[in-house]
Amino acid sequence: MNDDSPLTALATYFGLLSLIAVGGAVTAIPDMHRYAVETVHWLNDRQFTDSFAIAQLSPGPNVMIVALIGYHVAGLAGAAVATAAMCGPTCVVAYFAAQTWNKFKAARWRIALQAALVPVSLGLIGASAFVLARAADKNIAAALVTVATVVVAVFTRISPLWLFAVAGLLGLSGWL
Amino acid sequence: MTDLAEPDSTLVRPSLTELFLAFAHIAVSGFGGALPWARRMIVERKRWMTAEEFNEDFALSQFLPGPNVVNFSVVFGARIAGAPGAAVAFLGLMGPPMVIVTIIAVLYAHYGDLEVLSRILSGVGAAAAGLIIAMTIKMAKPLFTQIGWPAAIAILAFIGVGLVRWPLLPVLAVLAPAAFVLAWLFPAGSVKR
Repeated sequence: MNDDSPLTALATYFGLLSLIAVGGAVTAIPDMHRYAVETVHWLNDRQFTDSFAIAQLSPGPNVMIVALIGYHVAGLAGAAVATAAMCGPTCVVAYFAAQTWNKFKAARWRIALQAALVPVSLGLIGASAFVLARAADKNIAAALVTVATVVVAVFTRISPLWLFAVAGLLGLSGWL
Repeated sequence: MTDLAEPDSTLVRPSLTELFLAFAHIAVSGFGGALPWARRMIVERKRWMTAEEFNEDFALSQFLPGPNVVNFSVVFGARIAGAPGAAVAFLGLMGPPMVIVTIIAVLYAHYGDLEVLSRILSGVGAAAAGLIIAMTIKMAKPLFTQIGWPAAIAILAFIGVGLVRWPLLPVLAVLAPAAFVLAWLFPAGSVKR
């Protein structure tokens, strides 16, 4: 495997992302879009939003979008390498943190660290929402679907699957 | 009889196989986030940990970088059975969805250009973006009830990564230490629940 092999690129990028994605996989979406779509052109805007939609539609953790991007770049090996890189480093950190974290329950630095990362994650999830909406809402009708989903999701407890079903049917009908 | 009133006495200890199966089940039941399923399975149905322990482990998983549920599987697996437990829970969580998503990826590579599929996905994509906006709004409510540093940090992170499209790493390198110092100096500005 040489240095510009796509697998090396996937492993390097997602391995780093794994360690800086504070607040979960969703906070890493804007950076994935920036890098995969705008910088290295692994996939185009539509393929990116499709991948996100597929990851949301499939059972399992949201991080599965990483497997889809990896598959796009280098087939099955790409999917495996990207997913392993996105999970591996953080799993090691989690394993060691699990042993020690609770010893510092009352430590001031731990309380401050936790309090500090909540607003950072929130801002990043907001950025994620913005990037995804801009990529997905190519016309007024699609934007209306997004707005309607926001309203329903904020004010009711309807399962996201129903929202996806309705939105998918609207798309199928050619209305979008 | 008094023993029964103790919440801990009702806790059971799973075997590695049970651990694998439970996380596989959590993984394939969880549409749009696996957390609620994890809680239902581990706390309510299997009684493998108390609600309090669950919250503690989950808070840690959320705080750590990387996918939350993945972290949770490792933290929980390690608590139950050390390194083998962590590995088994992780494989249970990731294995089945990985197989499903790979199949979908192959299908998408073949049929992604089909008009029908692209129409459906454009609808789902618009709704999926809406769900993340809704998630942002729900999370922002407790943080924006008062004007303080947390709101300012959140807005700066949004502008830097969302609007200006700076890479995540430099934005974090500036904002995370700044937020830490602010949280240290003004703990009252932290989130009220």
